[in-house]
Amino acid sequence: MEYRTHLMVCTGTACVSCGAFDVKKTLEAEIKKQGLDKEVLVVGTGCQGFCAQGPIVVVQPDDIFYQLMQIEDIPFLVEEHFLKGRPVKKMMYTPPGEKTEIPTMSEIGFFNKQRLIALRNKGLIDAEKIDDYIGRDGYKAFIKALTEMTPDEIVQEIKDSGLRGRGGGGFPTGLKWEICKKQKGEKKYIICNADEGDPGAYMDRSIIESDPHAVIEGMLIGAMAIGANEGVVYLRTEYPLAITRLETAIEQAKEYGLLGEDIMEQGFEFNLRIKQGAGAFVCGEETALIASIEGKRGMPNKRPPFPAESGLWGLPTNINNVETWANIPWIISNGSERYAEIGTEKSKGTKVFSLVGKINNTGLVEVPMGITLKEIIFDIGGGVPDGKKFKAVQMGGPSGGCIPAELEDTIIDYDSVNATGAIMGSGGMVVMDETTCMVDVAKYFLNFTQEESCGKCTFCRVGTKRMLEILQRICDGNGEEGDIEKLEELAAQIKDSSLCGLGQTAPNPVLTTLKYFRHEYEAHIYDKKCPAKACKPLLTFGINDQCIGCTACARVCPPKAISGERKEKHVIDQDKCIKCGACLDTCKFKAIDVN
Amino acid sequence: MAKLSIKDLEEIRNKVKKTAMLREGISNAKITVHMGTCGIAAGARTIMNTVIKIVEESKRDDIIVTTSGCAGFCSKEPMATIELKGEAPVKYSDLTEDKIRRIFDEHVLKGKIVKDYALVIGSEREL
Repeated sequence: MEYRTHLMVCTGTACVSCGAFDVKKTLEAEIKKQGLDKEVLVVGTGCQGFCAQGPIVVVQPDDIFYQLMQIEDIPFLVEEHFLKGRPVKKMMYTPPGEKTEIPTMSEIGFFNKQRLIALRNKGLIDAEKIDDYIGRDGYKAFIKALTEMTPDEIVQEIKDSGLRGRGGGGFPTGLKWEICKKQKGEKKYIICNADEGDPGAYMDRSIIESDPHAVIEGMLIGAMAIGANEGVVYLRTEYPLAITRLETAIEQAKEYGLLGEDIMEQGFEFNLRIKQGAGAFVCGEETALIASIEGKRGMPNKRPPFPAESGLWGLPTNINNVETWANIPWIISNGSERYAEIGTEKSKGTKVFSLVGKINNTGLVEVPMGITLKEIIFDIGGGVPDGKKFKAVQMGGPSGGCIPAELEDTIIDYDSVNATGAIMGSGGMVVMDETTCMVDVAKYFLNFTQEESCGKCTFCRVGTKRMLEILQRICDGNGEEGDIEKLEELAAQIKDSSLCGLGQTAPNPVLTTLKYFRHEYEAHIYDKKCPAKACKPLLTFGINDQCIGCTACARVCPPKAISGERKEKHVIDQDKCIKCGACLDTCKFKAIDVN
Repeated sequence: MAKLSIKDLEEIRNKVKKTAMLREGISNAKITVHMGTCGIAAGARTIMNTVIKIVEESKRDDIIVTTSGCAGFCSKEPMATIELKGEAPVKYSDLTEDKIRRIFDEHVLKGKIVKDYALVIGSEREL
């Protein structure tokens, strides 16, 4: 019997971490209990994107969107909606600040402003079933490339589409393929870079988790075009769900004869394997990644020669990122012209971003190039929570920079984002509000690159350490005159004297925050104040005249620094105060001042 | 499993296409069986089972079967609403297995409303 209703349970990592597998199990059990197991099918899908509201279940074909699923609500839901046909309002999504629930997914602002290409199958297929992918026209592009197109035509199509590398660099993909294709030699390799390491970024993980076959199909097409018959997906070990799903997908593709020898009886051979990376950030860099696959220590080498000439095992190698590969089948199926219609003059198509930080709708979004930052943060992201003010957005991870609120009309394309000093990067977007200290943010990212520096180049190894020490001093209230200049000097030298992208971009978070938020650095150094009230050593807590003497603060103060009689104004002993903020959290009368 | 040819791949695609279309909500006809407590008591479950069976028999992949709550006219249950693409929905009442079969053959497949069983054309305005 055919199923009349499909329950698409999001089983991406974010939803799994809040109990999606239990939700799925309970749904299946309840549906069986109601005797509906022959009519209603429960499907585990990849990430739906709206991670803030997980666990998520979408009911198809009705398009009803249920969120924040609780195990104890499931029996009621199954009886009401799936047996009696009454959708349950209280489990639907209500936008922040509004009172009415939105029943269907397509009406929710978070979803309807998106344009899906790389994530075209998100939430619509079971990532572990190859038939589901085939049913959504999967492998059709590959068959088209295999039977109707020459390698030159494929390369030309990708060139015409204007697709640029989605890993961050933005190098034109078609051109990259052409260079590798032109190399002489019997054996060539293609690699999928899934070594996603930026803090707060999880686009590539989600693509593999929700649609692994899209990546395999993209690589098959690339292999045909370039003339490679071996491929490697370099995937980090700390993505266990992505590894399992990709392994399953590769096995299924092999069984169907879509990988291996004599594919589809057309004489084409392509083998694909996974290489698990140990999670070093530097291994996202092409030459370090290749070294890691070869079993060597993950350290970058000098370029040229570029991997296209001499890559894996010294042979011509083409490397693209997960999202880039996932775009390829769509371009071949729909044509380069349709792809090039989307976006701006120099940046075509769409880009996937993971929207995190101080934002209402944390999640994964795919938007057309040319959309403004403001649209992403406010229309899709739902703005900043708790009525706070939007301050800046960090793009491009540790290699990127902070774009301040006054530049919120910046459009998303490679060149416009670069012009701000940040970079497109792989797509991490960390939103910050007025309580985020920009010096602290710079310190956080520099701490990351400092730890992740492989140590090969002195300036990257020692220079970042010295910069970090200065930033730590500034945040501790020990900043000195000349610190800003020292930071700028070190930054320039690290950029100039590092071999790879990690070092060349490591100072960017400091440089962009200095560019847009220099006054915050100055306030820390000269006034010993943190304007965002985030750096604890620079804060002083005091009690104002609003105090009614309720003694609540005195009771919670760990070092007993607060004293005063009942019904009289209390005082804080500054020598004893450890600046923990417990009094501030406890006071109901706004009597605690923080300066 | 043996390796597939291009033709085999196409066959799989056609086989699972219906699932894919259902999940995207693409359809030319929608059959809603009203499954309130009253409907279930009057036999809506049998109607639902029949509908699922005949849709499957028809081998049409563009028909969606769904449920909704009580239609508000409890004495006329079991009821079903047929909605063809681009046309006003039609509510049928006092259904039996035979009636729903005829409605399916004439209305859903051939586009001709079965006036003998039709209760109302169009639907209440949503507030």
